[in-house]
Amino acid sequence: MTGKARRTDGKRNSYSMEKKIRTPLEGDVIRLLGAGEKVLLSGYIYTARDAAHKRFAETIKAGGQLPLELKGQVIYYCGPSPAPPGRVIGSCGPTTSSRMDAYAPKLISLGLKGMIGKGRRSPAVRDAMKQHEAVYFGATGGAGALISRSVVSAEVIAYEDLGPEAVVRLEVRDMPLFVINDIYGNDLYETGVERYRSGPLY
Amino acid sequence: MRDIHTDEIISAIENLFIDANINLPENVYKAISDAVEKERSPVGKEVLKELLRNADAARQEHMPICQDTGVAVTFLEVGQDVHIVGGGLAEAVSEGVRRAYKKGYLRKSCCHPFSRKNTGDNTPPVIHAKIVPGDKLKITVLPKGGGSENYGEVRMLVPAQGRDGVKTFVLEMVKKGGPNPCPPIIVGVGIGGNFETSAMLSKEAIMVPIGERNADEELAAMEMELLGEINRTGIGPQGYGGTVTALDVHIRMVPCHLASLPVAVNIQCHAHRIREMVL
Repeated sequence: MTGKARRTDGKRNSYSMEKKIRTPLEGDVIRLLGAGEKVLLSGYIYTARDAAHKRFAETIKAGGQLPLELKGQVIYYCGPSPAPPGRVIGSCGPTTSSRMDAYAPKLISLGLKGMIGKGRRSPAVRDAMKQHEAVYFGATGGAGALISRSVVSAEVIAYEDLGPEAVVRLEVRDMPLFVINDIYGNDLYETGVERYRSGPLY
Repeated sequence: MRDIHTDEIISAIENLFIDANINLPENVYKAISDAVEKERSPVGKEVLKELLRNADAARQEHMPICQDTGVAVTFLEVGQDVHIVGGGLAEAVSEGVRRAYKKGYLRKSCCHPFSRKNTGDNTPPVIHAKIVPGDKLKITVLPKGGGSENYGEVRMLVPAQGRDGVKTFVLEMVKKGGPNPCPPIIVGVGIGGNFETSAMLSKEAIMVPIGERNADEELAAMEMELLGEINRTGIGPQGYGGTVTALDVHIRMVPCHLASLPVAVNIQCHAHRIREMVL
């Protein structure tokens, strides 16, 4: 079939297997999540990317207090575009997660239960997720305008001087995500790709 | 000689960058729309539908398609009979970028390479200027995100590696990027010239309209072979597994030194934002 260019209605969601979950993430919810599942996430999440993670690490090393209580929380690797007048936030899709790999295992060991981003995680991060029962969600890269519709409120809670890299507490409603790494060691980037590969070894 | 005032250039650059960042080109929208039909993975299909919903949302809400509104890559084809008045051409482009990223609520993504301090206004832009016959000024803007740009590379192959060497290199880059450059991607391949020419050719290649084949039959066939092989890697939309990993592959080739085979690969994400205007 070759489709003609077609506008979608911008609201409806046809994927049949989606599951609604809320933050803070509890063990009983996390244990039911499997790689490849679509979820709609609601509640509070925190944006943090390169520079904020560097500061988290420095704070932890110095024995200081982090600007957020990590237990049960979800960090979103995101640096939004500025909010236009009358809007809560600008475009706010995920950035590449691997740049935060050096910092993630420590945060997971301190109680972080979820990370949202795009792209593969390092073996160390995947091990930490298994050991401490944390999950990694993929938000669709380059879908920042759509994702902004899920954001109900946004408040800078730390590192305002970092501009787009400040830590922002977002209240989200039905944010569309896919489970990439579950707590059982499954990785959608491996299983999904293996399933559809028909060329030489990927 | 024809005079073009820098005020006109500033305003064109401002409008082009705002427009490019918000409105996905029709042919890219159509390519993603076609990919929904071609994709075999249900997860992949869902991701592609999200991309269409996203393009709709951006257009309706006048919001950037992606928060990474890129480094401001600007191509200028300056007619040799054009006389720029009112100031410097490069400064006019910078001023247009400064205004676009402020007025359009676009993210400023330019920083000092070591301290990582943001320049604050998304300058300096990357400017490529070419002198061409005529008395017109053609401006093409390509706001380019970091995620896809990070998976480009220039490699000086040994001439004996030939066509197969080029294909292996391209596939290696696509696999190395995997999910990170936001597939379905557009792959630009520059062959020949020298070190920097191959890089420029690869960038020009990603700007070729989706579906357009190289005029050279051998290269057109190679583009199709590569597209097929890339789509058999299984990477799929967002790297979640699937049969549409690339929307297209374009090759640009020019002669090179007897001793060299320069090849560059430049990757573009599915949010292929591009606009042009002739003054």
